[in-house]
Amino acid sequence: MATQQSRSAARLMIAPAVFVLLVWMLIPLCMTLYFSFADYRPLRGVFEAWVGFKNYESFLSSSSFLKAVGTTLWMVAGILSITIIGGILFALLLDQPMFGQGIVRILVIAPFFVMPTVSALVWKNMFFNVDNGLFSYLYQFLGLQPYDFLSQSPLFSIIVIVAWQWLPFATLILLTAVQSLSSEQLEAAEMDGAPALKRFWYIILPHLSRAITVVILIQTIFLLSIFAEIFVTTNGAFGTRTLTYLVYQRVLESQNIGLGSAGGIIAVILANIIAIFLMRIVGKNLDK
Amino acid sequence: MGRIQLKQVKKAFGDVVVIPPLDLDIKEGEFVVFVGPSGCGKSTLLRLIAGLEDTTSGTIEIDGQDATSVPPAKRGLAMVFQSYALYPHMSVRKNIAFPMKMAGVDQAEQNRRIDAAAAALNLTDYLDRRPGQLSGGQRQRVAIGRAIVREPAAFLFDEPLSNLDAALRVGMRMEISELHKKLDTTMIYVTHDQVEAMTMADKIVVLQAGVIEQVGTPLELYRTPRNKFVAGFIGSPKMNLIEGSAAAQHGVHTIGIRPEHIDISKTEGLWQGTVGVAEHLGSDTFLYIHGVEGCDPLTVRVGGEVDMHHGDTVFLSPQMEHLHKFDAQGLRVE
Ligand SMILES: Nc1ncnc2c1ncn2[C@@H]1O[C@H](COP(=O)(O)OP(=O)(O)OP(=O)(O)O)[C@@H](O)[C@H]1O
Ligand SMILES: [Mg+2]
Repeated sequence: MATQQSRSAARLMIAPAVFVLLVWMLIPLCMTLYFSFADYRPLRGVFEAWVGFKNYESFLSSSSFLKAVGTTLWMVAGILSITIIGGILFALLLDQPMFGQGIVRILVIAPFFVMPTVSALVWKNMFFNVDNGLFSYLYQFLGLQPYDFLSQSPLFSIIVIVAWQWLPFATLILLTAVQSLSSEQLEAAEMDGAPALKRFWYIILPHLSRAITVVILIQTIFLLSIFAEIFVTTNGAFGTRTLTYLVYQRVLESQNIGLGSAGGIIAVILANIIAIFLMRIVGKNLDK
Repeated sequence: MGRIQLKQVKKAFGDVVVIPPLDLDIKEGEFVVFVGPSGCGKSTLLRLIAGLEDTTSGTIEIDGQDATSVPPAKRGLAMVFQSYALYPHMSVRKNIAFPMKMAGVDQAEQNRRIDAAAAALNLTDYLDRRPGQLSGGQRQRVAIGRAIVREPAAFLFDEPLSNLDAALRVGMRMEISELHKKLDTTMIYVTHDQVEAMTMADKIVVLQAGVIEQVGTPLELYRTPRNKFVAGFIGSPKMNLIEGSAAAQHGVHTIGIRPEHIDISKTEGLWQGTVGVAEHLGSDTFLYIHGVEGCDPLTVRVGGEVDMHHGDTVFLSPQMEHLHKFDAQGLRVE
């Protein structure tokens, strides 16, 4: 794209896409922004177009806000650690030559294709259910008291469900990274006297660091907006109310669109802060 | 330290025998070059010695000890890979220190050896850089540095210069030779470039399809190649191998004559031909002669500035004392 002409032609070509994207993103964003400064409660017939920062004040000062932020962070952190550690292990395992490698790889990737709602339902009814769940049968088989996962440790249960969905993604990215490590480097380390564990620590893990940061970045952005899994399993009860879920409750359950919109804008700002922060880390890592 | 003996060593990948049973004795302090065409099993042989591949049968002894099932780290050998295999996320210093760190050498001794190696290899200014910020030749030296600090019983090189450009290759060739003189450690060096083999080796091992065709000093191989394959492989340009009536006059199947051992004249000689392509290198000129029975084209090396051109008719006479004779199986006949 050297010449003036080709540059302006290129601009012309991408203009429709940019336009659609802008409309697609900007209109909802502007409307949310607009509502966030309004007192809008349709069921009670209240509409006041400008109330200043009142919605923001009450959203931020409510005790559920900080708790929701905490829950969100715990959830994201838990899912990230499971998917990354599990992903590395799976990637190393799948990299080994073994019988039926192709089929095993497809099986490992399969959960990614299951819709969030479906997988949450499957986990809820097939595994976690106290009366009929597979885990209950397993506990009984081992002579233990069945454990009600979803009410005893709901946050952990949701983490498990979502981690199960995202594990394939992490595995896939990390597997390609593992495969791109030159075998000569590992052989050199072997000759240099590094046993398997040290080879992992000094050679494989640094090689994976880039892929790991990419996985963290992409997953975090998606995980901040987990909704279906919470909706289907606990409905936000028992300390599983994330920021996203809180916004949803404010809008639909309390029918307070102004308050919910303010929450939405706050969530967007927080997510952006995290994203910028992560981007810088990734950028640094990618520069190497 | 550094004597390596292979006894009936065999290597097969599945059903494919890459190296049929083979014996080789490498003496202490020797610079041995494995040379042969691509795919002949040089790297495999080196990796067997290094312990990166298991032998199918046979034994490998290092300094008289059976090392066949000793893991690579414990054999006391250091290897320099074709791709250098540097650790990209570590600085040059850390790369060189890595084997010592694994061996638990104390920090002061590590620094002493790193500084010594860096000084010997001209790397002192680059110790804090990453491998990605170095040129090919510098990376090569880091790889060698990493091998030196281990103070191994023997060095193994797998085509270490093949990624460098021609000028750098000549320089590094000399540096490695000098290193060998200085350290006096056994070195095994794999290459498919016969010039590297001739210039560096104390002893050359010529391989073809996993079989050792001949072992000897560079000049032995040049003067008395054991068979047609070695004759054609060692020496540049290649030896002319002539079959047919010219060979029959000497009572053999094939005769061989090197391009530098043919006298050329415009008026008289044993064989007659016409000049095809002439390659003028300045110091030498290589003429490709067509029309000589049993060998087309026939290569002749003449002095730098000769007045012979495409299409000229010339007469050739081989120097009889330098004539090589081979029987129908390709073996040398005295
Ligand atoms: N892991 C392997 N599995 C099966 N066959 C192999 C394996 N490694 C090498 N071979 C075969 O062994 C033969 C010798 O390979 P090797 O790498 O030793 O050749 P080389 O002499 O080093 O060639 P080059 O000069 O091209 O490096 C080749 O025919 C190759 O196809
Ligand atoms: Mg090779």
